[in-house]
Amino acid sequence: MKNNVQEDDKMKEGLHWFDNKRNIKRIIYALYVICAALFLAEFFYHKHAVFSFDTWFGFYAIYGFIMCVGLVIGAKVIRHLLIRRENYYDSSS
Amino acid sequence: MTAVAEILLPLNPGIWLIVGALIAVLLPQTLSRWFAVILPVFLIAFLFSLNLDNYGTISFFDYSLETFRLDALSRVFGLIFLIASALGNLYALGDDVDKLQRSAALAYAGGAIAAVFAGDMITLFIFFEVAAVASVFLIWARRTERAFAAGMRYLIFQIGAGVILLAGLLIHFSVTGSINFDKLGLDAPGGILILIAFGIKSAFPLVHNWLQDAYPEATISGTVILSGFTTKLAIYALARSYAGTEILIWIGAVMAILPIFYAIIENDLRRVLTYSLNNQLGFMVVGIGIGTEMALNGTISHAFVHILYKALLLMSMGAVLLRTGTCNGSELGGLVKTMPWTAAFCIVGAASASAFPLFSGFISKSMIITAAGEQGYWIIWLILLFASAGVLYHSGIRIPYFAFFSEDKGHRVKEAPWPMLVAMGAAAFLCIIIGVFPVSLYAMLPFSVDYVPYTAYHVINQLQLLMFAALAFTVLKLIKIYPSDTRGINLDTDWVYRKGLMSLIIYSNRYLSTGYRVVCDGAVGIISEVINSAKQLGNNDGILSRTPALGSSIAWISGLLLLVLLLRFA
Repeated sequence: MKNNVQEDDKMKEGLHWFDNKRNIKRIIYALYVICAALFLAEFFYHKHAVFSFDTWFGFYAIYGFIMCVGLVIGAKVIRHLLIRRENYYDSSS
Repeated sequence: MTAVAEILLPLNPGIWLIVGALIAVLLPQTLSRWFAVILPVFLIAFLFSLNLDNYGTISFFDYSLETFRLDALSRVFGLIFLIASALGNLYALGDDVDKLQRSAALAYAGGAIAAVFAGDMITLFIFFEVAAVASVFLIWARRTERAFAAGMRYLIFQIGAGVILLAGLLIHFSVTGSINFDKLGLDAPGGILILIAFGIKSAFPLVHNWLQDAYPEATISGTVILSGFTTKLAIYALARSYAGTEILIWIGAVMAILPIFYAIIENDLRRVLTYSLNNQLGFMVVGIGIGTEMALNGTISHAFVHILYKALLLMSMGAVLLRTGTCNGSELGGLVKTMPWTAAFCIVGAASASAFPLFSGFISKSMIITAAGEQGYWIIWLILLFASAGVLYHSGIRIPYFAFFSEDKGHRVKEAPWPMLVAMGAAAFLCIIIGVFPVSLYAMLPFSVDYVPYTAYHVINQLQLLMFAALAFTVLKLIKIYPSDTRGINLDTDWVYRKGLMSLIIYSNRYLSTGYRVVCDGAVGIISEVINSAKQLGNNDGILSRTPALGSSIAWISGLLLLVLLLRFA
């Protein structure tokens, strides 16, 4: 009974579908499944070659993955070099 | 409808909006609020009632100005500008907007639309400048010192580009005797100056930073409205006059890539969207550079859908700013609980920007990429593919995730006001309609569309690219490599004029007194040298006495003036 009351309070505060860690896990698993399915889809459709390399097996998937990892790492390096405190421009004049 | 058309002719719809801006000041507050929404809707009906033709030709001294050229290219841009104006003003009903800001919004849209329908470069120039001046009030209306300075820097860039445009125009006119606004290319007299002017206004790399500097400092509805017009007007102008100019392909490619790095590390989510805007412009510039019918169709349709989804994303972030008082990713999270509608609309905008199948970006961006492939530009093709995956990162994942889904920061706010929700809903609706029925947009394009976006391989390949990019995000997030949002700003090219030049002056000043004597001695020699060479240059055959010098000296003088002004408002 006490538990229920607490839960109700939580609901009022706005306990949300996204507050449940299990739901987040579900989303992530769904993403894995979708990615696996898309990768396997390589066997089942006719490729339309623009150049030669884009017909390599799983080209779009691998390219998307690798380039995005590179993007994030590159961005981290850039931020390390370029970040300044928020009032950087205010202090001088 | 034809009766309406007869009353409003031969005036350019943009001029009607500018007239509307004056009327809006005189009307009582409530009436004026709705007037600003209804007028653009009314003008859309006006536009559809007209046949493609040249209206409003007037004589000006010996020249005829074509103040209202309605062709397929100007119609599609005019239409999206009117839609953007209507949606922006509807959104502004939910914000506390004073009359000045409302009129500025109308005059800004009016200037941009009038420039789109301009058939000659004088009319184009005049309304480009009307738009520039009116738009700065949307920044100043924030009424903070920061916004004032940012607005000033913005204005310097805009007017500066305007003066360069004027210089190019004068050179072009003095050599060719023509003021027609049509295909120019780099070889045309004044062609390079005019390209630079359009380049500044469309935020080419290195002259891009006025955009990221100023737009996020504007008011809530101001940023939404600003996002639509200036840069896309410049894209329109480039598409009309520089289609097929190869250098644009490479400029556009750099433009598509560089901003995505910034978009990932920037903390202010509205500023993230301005970097993202810049990156989308890159796609359009590439399309113009390629210049084939498919590439131009792609550019135009991408500009069309981009205005809608970018406005939608900025609207959702504006609503977040209105309710929580901040737009910093580091201070936001968990808002889906209290602002579910805003979150849903934001996701539609994010999916459209990322070009998910069934959303608008998919049917436009792919045309540009396909056109690049067809012309054999494989490096460009790879770059655009990378940039597409990058868009998913900053617009598709980062914006909705950090505002609505990341760790709850305890904001317990109300949902956005209803006019904002209606405006977002309408924009989201259009994003989906265009994505599902691309023919509705393709039918309006200047060239017939021989392109089918929904084929099995294209849908699968796009989904592979996007979902594996999302997978990379998830993995990086889980192993804690993905950078968290941190307070702070990232240096960009504005550093040069906000800090660098000033430091250089202070630094060199320190050594000036010791160097004074040396300078004095040298100066005498230099001055006599200058006088001698000036004599030569000013001779009948000298560089300075040639006719085009008028245009180029305007460019030089304005360049110097701008430099001084930029230092003042650093």
